[in-house]
Amino acid sequence: MSIHVQFFLGLLFGLGLVVAGMSDPAKVLNFLDLAAIPSGTWDPSLAFVLLAATAVTFVGYRLVLRRPKPVFDTQFHLPHKTRIEAPVIVGPAIFGIGWGLVGLCPGPAFTALGTGRPEALLFVTAMLLGMVAARLLALRQINAFPVRA
Amino acid sequence: MTPTDVTLFASLVGGTLIGLSAVLLMAFLGRIAGISGIGVRLLPPYLDSNTRGRVAFILGLIAAPSAWLLATGVQPQVTLESSAPLLLFAGLLVGFGSVWGAGCTSGHGVCGLSRLSARSFVAVGTFMTTAIVTVFFARHVF
Repeated sequence: MSIHVQFFLGLLFGLGLVVAGMSDPAKVLNFLDLAAIPSGTWDPSLAFVLLAATAVTFVGYRLVLRRPKPVFDTQFHLPHKTRIEAPVIVGPAIFGIGWGLVGLCPGPAFTALGTGRPEALLFVTAMLLGMVAARLLALRQINAFPVRA
Repeated sequence: MTPTDVTLFASLVGGTLIGLSAVLLMAFLGRIAGISGIGVRLLPPYLDSNTRGRVAFILGLIAAPSAWLLATGVQPQVTLESSAPLLLFAGLLVGFGSVWGAGCTSGHGVCGLSRLSARSFVAVGTFMTTAIVTVFFARHVF
């Protein structure tokens, strides 16, 4: 049952990206191109997507997190880190460069893969490689310098 | 560059669906809908027992364009004009950076901003800045 729900939620997320136009890297790049504002070819759509998504999530999380636990688990798994450390600046800085080069972030990369484009397969393969490298490096650091608590 | 139209209504509706998915994932699984976090855990090491659920979520994401094609008869537009080496390089950066920074546009963007997480505000501000600067150099300098 939990597996079906997760498939459906992935599908819902992906359909959201498609409806929003965010599955097309051209719309993303045209949002990031602020220098196009004077010429009128700037596409602010991504801002509307983020606005609607965060508004729904802001309200929805407050309702959901009042409950004692999620349906299929014994507890909510919320990120516990609050300190602003180097990785939370270095990581996004690197991610943003890749995002700006092609216009794909992880969600739209997977929906692009679903259209059967070989370019998307190449991108997703490289993305997964990069992800695993970062995770292994991070896990190694945790093992070398165990965090307290 | 390929010009695109501003899609105010469609983008608000699509964003609402994305938010709904994030809220329901929290309600049912108790987890943040971060695609980089879900994606990286498709591969080993497997440190918990929800790998099959993550595979299902990503398969749902991959199935979305086909579902859209079935429902509307139109394949979603995916404009990819980059060369193979650039796709490879950008993919590595997106993958490494999103996991190193513990989140991407969904985990830090949608979920983190909604939780008013200071870390996510810093992360989103940073990746928006480097992405905007990258596009500026790619389109207007080189």
